Amino acid sequence: MPQKEFINGDKMSDTTDTGPVLAADGRPLKRSLNRALRRQKLRALGLIAPLLIFVLVTFIAPIADMLFRSVENQIVSNTLPGTVQQLETWDATSGEAPGEAVYEALYYDLFLASEAKEHTRLGTRLNYEETGISSLFRSSGRKVDDVGEDYIDALEDLNEAWEDEAFWYSLMSGGEDAAKNSGLLDEERERLSGLTGDDYSADIGFVPGQDISQLLPNTARAYSSFALFTVIEDEDVVAEEEPWEAVKIALVQDIKRGADMSGYEGFGAEELRAAQDMLQGQPDIAFKEAFLDIDEDWGATDNWRTMQVYSPPFTAGYFLNAIDMQNGLDGPEARPENQQIYIMLFKRTLFMSLVIMGSCILLAYPVSYLLSNLPMRSANLLMILVLLPFWTSLLVRTSAWKVMLQQQGVINDTLVWLGLVDDASRLVMINNQFGTIVAMTHILLPFMILPMYSVMSTIPPSYVRAARSLGATNWTSFWRVYFPQSVPGIGAGSILVFILAIGYYITPEIVGGTTGTFISNRIAYHISSSLNWGLAAALGSILLAAVLILYWAYDKIVGIDNVKLG
Amino acid sequence: MTITVIEPKPVSFVAPVVAAAGAFAGLFVGTAQGSALLGVIGGAIIGAALTFLFLTIFRQERAARWITTLGMAAAGFAFGGAMGGVIGLAFGWFFGWFIFWLGEGRYRAKLPPYTTSLQVFYHFLFRVICGMIFFFLITPIVVVMPLSFNAENFFTFTPEMLRLDPDGYSLKHYRDFFTNDDWQQAMWNSISIAPIATLLSVSFGTLAAIGLSSEHVPFRRPIMAILISPMIVPLIISAAGMYFFYSRLGLQGTFWGVVLAHAALGIPFVIITVTATLVGFDRSLTRAAANMGADPVTTFFRVQMPLILPGVISGGLFAFITSFDEVVVVLFVGSAGQKTLPWQMFTGLREQISPTILAVATILVAISICLLTTVELLRRRSERLRGMSPG
Repeated sequence: MPQKEFINGDKMSDTTDTGPVLAADGRPLKRSLNRALRRQKLRALGLIAPLLIFVLVTFIAPIADMLFRSVENQIVSNTLPGTVQQLETWDATSGEAPGEAVYEALYYDLFLASEAKEHTRLGTRLNYEETGISSLFRSSGRKVDDVGEDYIDALEDLNEAWEDEAFWYSLMSGGEDAAKNSGLLDEERERLSGLTGDDYSADIGFVPGQDISQLLPNTARAYSSFALFTVIEDEDVVAEEEPWEAVKIALVQDIKRGADMSGYEGFGAEELRAAQDMLQGQPDIAFKEAFLDIDEDWGATDNWRTMQVYSPPFTAGYFLNAIDMQNGLDGPEARPENQQIYIMLFKRTLFMSLVIMGSCILLAYPVSYLLSNLPMRSANLLMILVLLPFWTSLLVRTSAWKVMLQQQGVINDTLVWLGLVDDASRLVMINNQFGTIVAMTHILLPFMILPMYSVMSTIPPSYVRAARSLGATNWTSFWRVYFPQSVPGIGAGSILVFILAIGYYITPEIVGGTTGTFISNRIAYHISSSLNWGLAAALGSILLAAVLILYWAYDKIVGIDNVKLG
Repeated sequence: MTITVIEPKPVSFVAPVVAAAGAFAGLFVGTAQGSALLGVIGGAIIGAALTFLFLTIFRQERAARWITTLGMAAAGFAFGGAMGGVIGLAFGWFFGWFIFWLGEGRYRAKLPPYTTSLQVFYHFLFRVICGMIFFFLITPIVVVMPLSFNAENFFTFTPEMLRLDPDGYSLKHYRDFFTNDDWQQAMWNSISIAPIATLLSVSFGTLAAIGLSSEHVPFRRPIMAILISPMIVPLIISAAGMYFFYSRLGLQGTFWGVVLAHAALGIPFVIITVTATLVGFDRSLTRAAANMGADPVTTFFRVQMPLILPGVISGGLFAFITSFDEVVVVLFVGSAGQKTLPWQMFTGLREQISPTILAVATILVAISICLLTTVELLRRRSERLRGMSPG
């Protein structure tokens, strides 16, 4: 409004040519008004800001988090970083299991993961995509300690120092004054906190020596993870614990790869040279064979392909799963017939919501018509019958329907008492689609009646009378004159009921049985029972998208500002 | 001011209609007693006979209606005990009224004089259909109440209850509710969570609604869309998102987590009701207050607040009932320590433990009746205040 005024003012000043109009304090009026307007805007925003921030933090951020979870997939690359890296070059279509290098990387990754007890989580995650992986990981986690036992025994037989925790500590730290390699330690800190989600930034009283980590890179890395884990998870002292088998295996591998000992003069040089002499003649450790011994499924290309497909930090896998598809050899493909369930559930949710919406329209239309045509006093009285269910707890209404519909319930009892139904063949009205539809129609009916009523009470009765006096029949005057005017009410009520219906959880859960449940029941199941959160998030995101489209339509047709309550 | 002429109708019209209604009533009585056919015939004969008697021989409305009511009640009592008496009383009252309503032609009183008989028939058919829909709306809620006084642990009426035998009724489920630790704990949780959540959403919501109702708000629509969204987004999705996000923050399973979640869910209701009240608010009042030297805070509390208070309170009641009724979000965001009343009912319904649920339901219905009355009174007051303010 003020904008218009000052534009007019501007024009006036142009025509009369007396320079800009000034406010009382001598400034140009235009600038004064602009400033006042800006201040008003800021004040309004200042009033809104606290609530906006509150809603953003407590509501919008959780929704965003859920959307993020539906594509997030860092668990594979966090748990098996080395394996994932090695697996990149493997060709899944070759039909052969990956090479020795992948299995060696898997050994170190799995060893650490099973110490941290994270391998079962990864197994569960991958099991959503390929059945059987979960048990593979669980059983292998226990047996991975035994890989390369003979080498460790040989090493320890050669010199007892390899069993001594203090020796190991001195070897790996390279002594008090040696140059340190804290970069390696930081890398391992990051890796472990990615793996377990804990904080690994504390000081652990150990930093690998520069020389030794150049000489024995794998050993230094493995020992650093061991040291971090020992101090932070087990709360022990590094120098007092014997290193894991994986550290010793890493040492064996480093030595066999031909670490050049000739220039090394630091702590333990003698023992290292002796170990090198001993190991020189031995065959290589066969990681692949060892894993196949643990479980022959480690040779199955399907499992490796699943790990490869799901190794990137983000995946569309959950969404594909949510529409009954999966990542196949060449792109997305349909799941096997017996695993398809979600499309069916989405269809059922849609179908039942439509039926509920339809029956709400059928029941609400006559009632709203009656209410809008009765005198104010009687209409208000009858309105109580609509508002009382609206205000009554959802649980109360759902339990009422359970009482009414069950086989030993009120309706069946009445029918049996009247002799309409035989006592032996009582009607099954609950734990199926019928029960859900009846109960939800009742629960959502007020949401249909209220918008319809508010539209219908604005239709002047004189239009229908005019149509009648011009010779229209009852039906014509209703269908051609009254009904078109009531359509906005039907639209508003329908969208509202539909939006509410497709997201319902409680009522289908209680009266729906197995055939009357909605997609939301499946989402709840995945959150609390199967713990497949990613899939729950993906299903939720699809449902959310559907609701938001309807919300947008509702905003266009009715306007959010026009929502009325009671 | 009606111009419709009310004139008595001939017995030849009234008697068949009443006979049909009698036959319909007789059908139920008959099937319940074993013979549907006998009931239909008996009902029709009684209906026709009464009509004939009252409209031709004994045309004394008041006395005739008393006679039918009491007579049928006595007959019902003789047949089916106390319950039969009650049903007979209802039937007798109805038929006494129905015969004279038709016979005196009173049914046309509120219809325009030109309506044809067919239109009259449609008019009342429509009313009957509406009556059935209202019956559908209210029955489930009404049925719960007597069942909650059941002396047995059943979810249905026992024969003792149907005989109106005092032994069939008891207060034991209410006693259970007030003595059982689970239910009491749940009730206290509900009572302590809901008011705090309401307070949060009302205080933030009212301020924001005032901001939103000013003329120059940039991005009004998107802001409004965000603030209303907790009402639109399906609860299961809100619950899932909050569960994931609050676990990251360590709020999952805590009292404050539930309170924050419920406050977020209650905000749209506060925004909607308060903005609706502010639409009718006369802004010149605040300008007048400022003109007379009041600072914005004084203006708010002494001028604006009293006028929009009805809207604020009904918004608060909506927010309260949202939190008090909410079960999906608390199921996920809360832990056993935050078990609320609806949660306890939900578990009870799934495992079907006892009709204590029905006692709780009855108490909740009583609470919602109180809330409904309050909101209705506030709405009327608000409309009255609005009507008084100039402009």
